[in-house]
Amino acid sequence: MTTTNLTSFRIERWTTASVVAVCLCVAAIVALAIAPAVLGAGAVDRLTALFIYIVLAAMWNALAGYGGLVSIGQQLFFGLGAYFTIRIANLGVDPFIAMAFGAIVTTVIAYPVGRFMLKLKGGEFAIGMWVLAELAHLLVNLDTLIQGETGTSLISLNAYDIGLRRNLIYWLALATMAGLLSALFFLLRSRTGAAIQAIRDSEEAAASLGVDAIRTKRLIFVIAAGGIAAAGALWLASAISFQPKTYFSVQWTAYMIFMVLVGGIGKFEGAILGAILFFLIETWFAAAGVWYLIGLGAVALIFSLVLPKGLWGYFADRTGLRLLPVGYVVRE
Amino acid sequence: MLNQIAQAIVLGGYYALIACGLSFMLSVMRVINLAHGSLLVLGGYFLWYLGENYQVSPFVGLLALVPLLALAGWALQRFLLERSARGGELLPILTTFGLSIVLDNLLFEQFGADTRSLAPYIGDLAWDSFELPGGIFVGQIGVLTLVAAIVLLGGLQLFLSRTGTGKAIRATAEDPDTAGIVGIDARKASAIASAIAVGSIGVASAALGMRATFDAYAGGAQLLFAFEATIIGGAGSLWGTLIGGIVLALAQTAGAAIHPQGFLIGGHLAFILVLFARFLFLPGEFTYRLRRIAGLAK
Repeated sequence: MTTTNLTSFRIERWTTASVVAVCLCVAAIVALAIAPAVLGAGAVDRLTALFIYIVLAAMWNALAGYGGLVSIGQQLFFGLGAYFTIRIANLGVDPFIAMAFGAIVTTVIAYPVGRFMLKLKGGEFAIGMWVLAELAHLLVNLDTLIQGETGTSLISLNAYDIGLRRNLIYWLALATMAGLLSALFFLLRSRTGAAIQAIRDSEEAAASLGVDAIRTKRLIFVIAAGGIAAAGALWLASAISFQPKTYFSVQWTAYMIFMVLVGGIGKFEGAILGAILFFLIETWFAAAGVWYLIGLGAVALIFSLVLPKGLWGYFADRTGLRLLPVGYVVRE
Repeated sequence: MLNQIAQAIVLGGYYALIACGLSFMLSVMRVINLAHGSLLVLGGYFLWYLGENYQVSPFVGLLALVPLLALAGWALQRFLLERSARGGELLPILTTFGLSIVLDNLLFEQFGADTRSLAPYIGDLAWDSFELPGGIFVGQIGVLTLVAAIVLLGGLQLFLSRTGTGKAIRATAEDPDTAGIVGIDARKASAIASAIAVGSIGVASAALGMRATFDAYAGGAQLLFAFEATIIGGAGSLWGTLIGGIVLALAQTAGAAIHPQGFLIGGHLAFILVLFARFLFLPGEFTYRLRRIAGLAK
């Protein structure tokens, strides 16, 4: 019989690679913050879109990868975030302040929605959320301000000079992305984060250790809803026009699923990687129209069958590399 | 009023028919197939193509469509669902959602944005109607659809309760490992169940194209109708699906009577109300809430 010498094990969170990675992330965000000084208008707009994609991917990943909640209806919060921004701006509020309120109002609404919908399981929850998104779309169409499918615009943004406006939206998107990612990072490293990751691995086992699964899931649901609502408000600010059909389209959830499946579901780095890949694919292939969409669906389908952990999951499993550590590893 | 109720019941028959395959798969395989609506539209295009190019009646076309879809259902289980289910119960949702995106866009690529209908290939049946007492007219297509839904749902119920294969499918649904111990081939049972579920979509495809028009992206809305009818009727109950379809159509009719844009809203609200009721009447939930209101429980 061999005795294990406990002192030969150590519990590890930070590694050299992860310290370097976090420093690089901070440096990248600082560099991106001053980038508009040298970038053209088109590049600033595209990067704004990238930041919004990263928010969407990280939020859907939090929901599905950590909370175990697959939703096909996250366009509900994307659309509501944009809609409430329009509604509040119409009261004479500054459009940028209206965006913040749009996200906050949607987050508040998400709480009772979550309490109700989380009683559903698996596929029923997934499509049930889609039904709610459709219902919200129809109700928003009834608002005379929106003029049905014709839609309306966030006209009060015209009060800002176009160059300044573009940069403000860019910085706001960057700040939202950095803020949400950091919040998620520190949440996952906290005591609640340990509970979240335990639920992801096995809900029954987590419950037996005293983790309040439903409470934790409600928290993730509300965070994901708030983040996606902020993304909707930002998208509205950069696109200016609001057509309910576009914002409440299931396409948004399809994009989120693609990014997370390809990047790596349940991996913090995976969602970011997936969003960047999606952004590049969109930049190069969106002109292919229908074939581009067929390709996105096919790639998502193949990943779910062949590489369900996504690129980062596959890579991290093989190399043991963790750049943004949210867990602990026991090493000899 | 009576007329509207009669029309709603007929429409409910359509919803029950399109929900049939979804409900069957959910009750015996515990899987919600998100490509259900897309397969339904695919079947519609198949029948349209036969009618348009070879003057084949959709009723004859069904003889080819149902076996082909059954084969597709078998392949869906063997090559997609079985494999993705190994990655957890949530992965099949994503796999079938990816499949639906591929199917929808391939159909759009192939057939474009024009709406299609099967009405030109069924002669007078497209507009003939039955007269009910009280001067109420209901379309023959609608009645035929309702009858098809009743026959299909009843047939599946009988199949599950009376035949050996049906019992094997139910046993697999309950517990595949234990079913294996008593000599049931769980893989085969699931593949047969999937073939039946997807094959039955063919009949709904015919109804979809005969009663109205469809386009490549019509699948999403049909999936939601089928899902709502299934859930309203009580997931896992085939006869419930018939009731669910009719309740959905009645709620839509009521919604349309209240507001010109209220048709779909009425249906969605009915779905949410039924969920409310379901949560409230969970075992023990209702009495617990009453006691809480009375101050007897915390």
